[in-house]
Amino acid sequence: MPTLSEADSKALLAAHGVTFPDERTVESAADAAAAAAAIGFPVVVKLGGDGIAHKTERGLVRLGLTDAAAVAAAAEELLAAARPEDGEVHLLVAPMLKGNRELIAGLHRDEQFGMTVMLGVGGILAEAVADVAFRLVPISEIDAAEMIDDLATQRLLGEFRGEPPVDREALAAVLLGLSRAAEADPSIVSADLNPLIVVDGIPTPVDALVEVAS
Amino acid sequence: MTRHPVEAFRALFEPRGVVVAGVSTHPGKFGFVSLHNILASGYRGTLYGTAREAGEVLGVPIVASVDDLPEGVLDLVFVCTPAAANPDLLRACAKKGIRAAFIASAGYGETGEEGQRMQAELVALADELGMLVAGPNGQGVVSPPVGLCAQIVAPYPPAGQIGIASQSGNFVSSFMNYAVQTGVGVSRAVSAGNAAHVTIPDYLDFFAEDGATGVALAYVEGVPDGRAFFERTRAVAARKPLVLVKGGATAGGQRAAASHTGSLASDDRVFDGMCRQAGITRAATIEEAYEAAATFATQPLPRGPRTVVLTTAGGWGVVTADAISRSSLELTPLPDDLRAALDEKLPPRWSRNNPVDLAGAETRDTIPEVMELIVGHPEVDAVIYLGLGIQSNQAALMRNGPFYPDHGLERIVDFHERQDARYARCAAALSERFDKPVLTATELAVTHPDNPGPATVRETGRVCYPSANRAVTALDHLWRRARYLQARA
Repeated sequence: MPTLSEADSKALLAAHGVTFPDERTVESAADAAAAAAAIGFPVVVKLGGDGIAHKTERGLVRLGLTDAAAVAAAAEELLAAARPEDGEVHLLVAPMLKGNRELIAGLHRDEQFGMTVMLGVGGILAEAVADVAFRLVPISEIDAAEMIDDLATQRLLGEFRGEPPVDREALAAVLLGLSRAAEADPSIVSADLNPLIVVDGIPTPVDALVEVAS
Repeated sequence: MTRHPVEAFRALFEPRGVVVAGVSTHPGKFGFVSLHNILASGYRGTLYGTAREAGEVLGVPIVASVDDLPEGVLDLVFVCTPAAANPDLLRACAKKGIRAAFIASAGYGETGEEGQRMQAELVALADELGMLVAGPNGQGVVSPPVGLCAQIVAPYPPAGQIGIASQSGNFVSSFMNYAVQTGVGVSRAVSAGNAAHVTIPDYLDFFAEDGATGVALAYVEGVPDGRAFFERTRAVAARKPLVLVKGGATAGGQRAAASHTGSLASDDRVFDGMCRQAGITRAATIEEAYEAAATFATQPLPRGPRTVVLTTAGGWGVVTADAISRSSLELTPLPDDLRAALDEKLPPRWSRNNPVDLAGAETRDTIPEVMELIVGHPEVDAVIYLGLGIQSNQAALMRNGPFYPDHGLERIVDFHERQDARYARCAAALSERFDKPVLTATELAVTHPDNPGPATVRETGRVCYPSANRAVTALDHLWRRARYLQARA
């Protein structure tokens, strides 16, 4: 089943109310540097395209670029790394977000119950911890709030290492946006927001991957 | 959403008359046992049997052909005949006005391809005849409000408000054994068997409509149409508490379920989320499920999570405080005015916090007075009472010892037994008066069920929980449901 590019995945989910950080899609290194200046440093630059699903594995993500020269250089390298099978490619310039906590959220189709919304604790230990909650699409605001309450690791959602508590309404809005997207677009097979970095309490999706039916 | 009309379920659960098809004179055969159980439970409707030879078994008239049955007085046929004979039997029964069948016969979908074909034909025939066909391969149907125990196994439970539907017949028995033990009874119980024509959600839909049923209790392994199951159970749970146990929650359990009922399972976390979304009370075990259902049937819902533990001994209170802290309930700090009011009643050595540990300070009226202050306090939503029956346990030792009734033993034994009975009645009365759950827990409920403490709790129609942890679990289920309903009010 085909996956949408990161930019298209984000555009699809944003249309249903999932809020993403201010980021730009550009074609050239010069435009990337200009976009970075507009967003504010530091930034991340990634190579995107419909044929590119595993950016990290291929080294197509450059983190923590602190000035225009670094952005332009990274952009040149990324464009040069594109392969013919990647098809049309572009550069994604996004703010470099920092937070100590990561969550994951998504849509998954269950064989028995159909489309579900998922929320979980993210980060490198996510799989081992397996602290996740599911609900069936569509969810209500109450369902979204109860999903957040269902996570076992509630301490992670409170004040944490000097950071404010996770904004539950903002997190619920992400879940509701996912649910609306699944309801409105039956071609969606799955969606992953991984990770959602908690920035000053706001869970902010920095990557998105939507899989659609062919 | 209901697939079968309510009247069809009335024919199954409140039949004016029953015919047992395939009656046997051998007391080990289902065709005998089912007839015996219907008679033993004191069923008051008309009763007939069919067998190869006409005559009488256990005083019940037996006919050789359904054609010889009276018309318009029988609603239910309980089928013990071989699967191959059943289509003709059901056609003949329909002509006599019989609107429901319970098929105990095996040899259907559980046996392979040929059985599956016969099962599909059975469903088609049921639809053609407009007959509700429960089973096949089930243990039976029980309906204490009309004295009906049409099943091939024991027990016959007391009448009550709990409606049971189970994909496993033996869990129907397990649930009903708990009904016998706790005294909190059953409105309807049915073993869905292969659930060919009537499924678990179908029974639950009826329970939602059924005036005799206050709480629905179900065991499921497979959920063939998950989305419909969700929508239908959510509608049931919006009207009545619905307690569910799911077999096959783990990989090991799922393999076992696949061979038992052929059920395939979702990720259990998806099932769990579905239950929360639908307002289903999901229990991990059969005893937890029965206790949750029995608690819904006998206690009011708490208005909030603030729970106070009243105990006559320290250790119990500590462990109960741990259990509450691990639940969604709140071990609420004692309000200042309540602490002051209790100070008036108790010597200074009491705990002065929650748990309220009387530390052996009670005299004749202490427990009823203290309990009333706690249950009646507006900042207390629920109470767990520990320590009932201790003195009666001592009294039993005295009563059965070598010195009774001399040395004043008769008097003290009598006093202790009256006091424990009084405390049990007090807990029930205060719960009713203030419309708050008050749960009593002591292991004496199972170790010494005749102790006047737990025995009187049963007389008040409530559960005496075998441990404080189990009381906390039951109360936690009540609060979770109350919170679910409050959020959606």
